[in-house]
Amino acid sequence: MKNIKYLFIGLLFGLVLVKSQVVSWFRIQEMFRLQAFHMYGIIGSAIVVGMISILIIKKFNIKTIHGETVIIPTKKFNWGNVYGGLIFGLGWAITGACPGPLFAQIGSGFLVISVTLLSAIAGTWVYGLLRDKLPY
Amino acid sequence: MEFLKQPWPWYVAGPLIGLVVPALLLLGNKTFGISSSLRHICAACLPANIAFFKYDWKKESWNLFFAAGIIIGGFIATQLLSGNQTVNINPQTTALLKQEGIKRFDGLLPQDIFSFDQLLTLRGFIFIVVGGFMVGFGIRYAGGCTSGHAIMGISSLQWPSLVATCCFMIGGFAMTWFILPYLISL
Repeated sequence: MKNIKYLFIGLLFGLVLVKSQVVSWFRIQEMFRLQAFHMYGIIGSAIVVGMISILIIKKFNIKTIHGETVIIPTKKFNWGNVYGGLIFGLGWAITGACPGPLFAQIGSGFLVISVTLLSAIAGTWVYGLLRDKLPY
Repeated sequence: MEFLKQPWPWYVAGPLIGLVVPALLLLGNKTFGISSSLRHICAACLPANIAFFKYDWKKESWNLFFAAGIIIGGFIATQLLSGNQTVNINPQTTALLKQEGIKRFDGLLPQDIFSFDQLLTLRGFIFIVVGGFMVGFGIRYAGGCTSGHAIMGISSLQWPSLVATCCFMIGGFAMTWFILPYLISL
């Protein structure tokens, strides 16, 4: 039951994704064609708010609700960030959705997107299979 | 209520999405990210003795609850807050897409591409299946998606995430400008 709170946060997140049309294929097209500010405004302001929140948490050493110190794992660079990032970007412009929106689209009633999600899971699985053979 | 039923502007949606970052940190030291859920599903359903899927996914199951919540949120937004309206995109984008061969502009996705009866056409297969595969493969290779890298990673000032995000955008631009017109007209 301790995980129910994450379901609730996910619910709010999914609601925002749909109501702001981040999940719309058309919005992603508009973004990549540089014909609207909408998506850039959303991602940009989300980063600014996230950044300020983290600064506040660190500055005042705010603890989690269980009294633990907040720890953010460091990401180490490898060339997978580049190669994988490019592959994801190419796919993102086709599907018009990154993983969060895929879940939200299914909830919105686009049941065919469950095929896209299954295919994305297959992609992750094949990555796991080939992981040691890929360049980093 | 009428306000909630309108599409939400970026300056409302963006900050709300940004607040997911501290919410997850303070509720249980969780870093914002969705793409790991796909790895956990692999680990839970078909680990197939692959080292990458041999870990205790149950310890990370919060991420699956988070993903399930997104599905429910999408359902509520569409059913109660008329989320699936025609998207009011730039008329220039509409004109370009019409020229390239998109016919339906009602709803969140072009339903002349994304539907079950298109699944077995070449175009439908590329958009629904191949695109999804590239997303799932690419995010794991890159170590995260738009939430994990672009929002969580950049928010916490991690330069590898900035590099990954730039690559997401470069890939997206390349596809949209140079390849997608051909795929749409298939």
